[in-house]
Amino acid sequence: MSKDIRIKRGLDIKLVGVAEKTTTKIALSSVYAVKPEDFHGIVPKLVAKEGAEVKAGETLFYSKSDERILFPSPVSGKVVEVIRGARRKVLTIKIAADASQVHTDFGVVDVAKMSEQEVKNHLFTSGCWPFIKQRPYDVVANPNQAPKAIFISGYASAPLAADLDYTLAGKEAELQAAINAVSKLTEGKVHLSVGANSNSVLSKLTGVELHKVSGPHPSGNVSTQIANIDPINKGEVVWVVTPQDLVVIGELLLTGKYNAERTIALTGSQFSKPQYVTAIAGAAIEDITKDNLNTDNTRIISGNVLSGSQVTEEGFIGFYDNQITAIPEGDDYEFFGWNKPIFNKISTSRAFTFSWLSPNKKYDLNTNTNGEHRAFVVTGSYENVFPLDIYPMQLLKAFMYKDLDEMEALGGYEVAPEDFALTEFICVSKQPHQKIIREGLDLMRQELG
Amino acid sequence: MSLKQNLHNLKEKYKGTKMAPAFNAIHTFLYLPNEVTHGGTHIKAADDLKRTMNIVIMALVPCLLFGMFNAGYQHYAAIDGSLRTDVLANFFTWDNLWIGIIKVLPLVIVSYGVGLGVEFIFAIIKGHEVEEGYLVTGMLVPLIVPIDTPLWMLAVAVVFGVVIGKEVFGGTGMNILNPALTIRAFLFFAYPTWMSGDKVWVYDAVKRTGTEDAISGETILGSYAQNNDVVYSTWDMFMGFIPGSVGETSTLLILLGAAFLIFTKIGSWRIIVSTFIGAAVMGLIFNGIVNADIITESSKFYGLMNTDWWQHLIIGGLAFGAVFMATDPVTASQTNKGKWIYGFLIGFISIMIRVFNPAYPEGVFLAILLMNVFAPTIDHYVVQGNVKKRLKRTKVKTA
Repeated sequence: MSKDIRIKRGLDIKLVGVAEKTTTKIALSSVYAVKPEDFHGIVPKLVAKEGAEVKAGETLFYSKSDERILFPSPVSGKVVEVIRGARRKVLTIKIAADASQVHTDFGVVDVAKMSEQEVKNHLFTSGCWPFIKQRPYDVVANPNQAPKAIFISGYASAPLAADLDYTLAGKEAELQAAINAVSKLTEGKVHLSVGANSNSVLSKLTGVELHKVSGPHPSGNVSTQIANIDPINKGEVVWVVTPQDLVVIGELLLTGKYNAERTIALTGSQFSKPQYVTAIAGAAIEDITKDNLNTDNTRIISGNVLSGSQVTEEGFIGFYDNQITAIPEGDDYEFFGWNKPIFNKISTSRAFTFSWLSPNKKYDLNTNTNGEHRAFVVTGSYENVFPLDIYPMQLLKAFMYKDLDEMEALGGYEVAPEDFALTEFICVSKQPHQKIIREGLDLMRQELG
Repeated sequence: MSLKQNLHNLKEKYKGTKMAPAFNAIHTFLYLPNEVTHGGTHIKAADDLKRTMNIVIMALVPCLLFGMFNAGYQHYAAIDGSLRTDVLANFFTWDNLWIGIIKVLPLVIVSYGVGLGVEFIFAIIKGHEVEEGYLVTGMLVPLIVPIDTPLWMLAVAVVFGVVIGKEVFGGTGMNILNPALTIRAFLFFAYPTWMSGDKVWVYDAVKRTGTEDAISGETILGSYAQNNDVVYSTWDMFMGFIPGSVGETSTLLILLGAAFLIFTKIGSWRIIVSTFIGAAVMGLIFNGIVNADIITESSKFYGLMNTDWWQHLIIGGLAFGAVFMATDPVTASQTNKGKWIYGFLIGFISIMIRVFNPAYPEGVFLAILLMNVFAPTIDHYVVQGNVKKRLKRTKVKTA
């Protein structure tokens, strides 16, 4: 049984540097890192101090607000450094990997015989709970609230996104095991979406409600799918898991090992050979991109160009990311850049910009803002790329002036920062939409719970 | 060292000083800034506010050029009526353009000079960047005033309009009323004799008043309001060979501008279309009243009520208002549904005021200013509709 979701409003941003479908296995990095900032809203309590030996899957820290939520080490090795920022905030925990990896054994389990609580406990102790995120607020799921449904987006529509059909191939057993487990966590349905024309292993899974998605980005964003399938209302919670994380959960259930290895897409014009690699979460960027990356004036992004986070070559790939993007920095002036005809940039308007003439052309965009920050002036353009039944500008403004009633009424429960990536991309006033949404959601979470 | 490098060094030198906004305004005029994204999306679309505003200015240029020729044409035609027999041959002449240059260009220069001056002063005092809103306002203002408007009057009005109409609200993007129309309204209420009547629309008419060679240039609306016969053909009205504010007479060029704005996706087609619909509906209602013999020829409203509904669309400032004024995204309704209502009411009320206003037979700018005030209310109810839908969903779920 499948239901079709067709998205009309949106924008596909076609960039140079699509990953070629070959996978290279990257040798083990010497250093891995876990960044508590990847888990938004979590206050970490350190367990593994500097110098401690850890196994893969062993706890590094836990959440101060809920001690059951553990955060594991992706590899076995020695905690070499804990980097702290202002007010001793933990920024990065670095682990020097052992040459031969040792995994904590969490035991092979039979999901069919487990109760909801047993599944939960198993995910807690194995450190797999952080893979489950929740809406509203787009944070690690609160295990005390019952979700009305669980959503999995098996369709990535973001620019240059890793092709999930390719990266998940051959993982049926793990995925099915994980689906069996997470479906115990909700009274409602497990909704799984795949691309309308895809040949995904996900469409063969049982125990889920399958949806076929088509249309431009953000059709692959899970919020878009939730809004179409079963929108979130006040007081309701849904949980969200990504398919690549399901694979880790599945492997845990089947083998008892926490193995954070995943297929990562190297994309963008600054890679000499955009392709796929397999690497363990938290690996050093340097090791993954070795001999492949043009580092001269390059922006390296863990994630996609719309909602990923900037990292340096010395940095590490984010916990949830399955993509590294590298594009040129645009830190140069452009003579009369504001009024001459433009052929090499994307625009949704036709104001002497010509990307509408060649919809299939691939662009090599850089990080220049193409203008300065201004007050909101132009109206009606966000709606064309924003498929949710929400007034995006009104919601943004409510988030800016922090009127909780309006934030709630206008749809604050239904959005995540990434949903505002396209409106931010096309914003003539160059406003930081995702930052506004993130801060607004944090405020709502703090005030409304 | 190149100009680019020099300017970059100067920017670094002025950074954080009071003069930085003024310098940046000039710098970013020449060069797109070297700013890169920090967090959020790492790439940005090509448009910025300057590009957006620039498109509107381009759409206005044909109206400005036409207005300059028309300035001369109306002047000479008022002196020598025979010129009206072969308009095209007598319109695009150097003599006509020369009058345009000496009468219209100063209006443009004063508008931009004074307006940008105020903007720069506010930017320096308040320490924000010079925003682009005035680029369009500065071009609109000379196009919507009578040609004989004294320059000092314009300057005073511009200062009032920019300060009271915009800066007190926080600058571009924050204002409630359309700044160009605020300037127009100030002129209208402060110096009414210079904004209406039959003397101000044609260059030199004021100066010659009471002399032997007095010239008169009544606008079409003026004639109708007096129940006089109109001497211009529909062709003249549509092409714009008629007296009126500098840039608003040629419906043809305004529609070309509209097509350009809609094609570039800068102007809202919803507002433009719905304004014309609203005006047509009101026109039809008045035509119906006349046809039903409710109003007779003796009524002072007869002339304008009896005007064919479609004529209302091409005379006066309606087309210009619909295309360039009502569509101002800051002061218009911001929701797509709201834009339909907003535009419709502007058209509807424009024609209503046009017919019933005894003092001054034009109502477009008043209608737009009125709807500027109500735009947030319209949006409020449109957004509330969305909120209600969301609330209803909850009830169904829990019932």
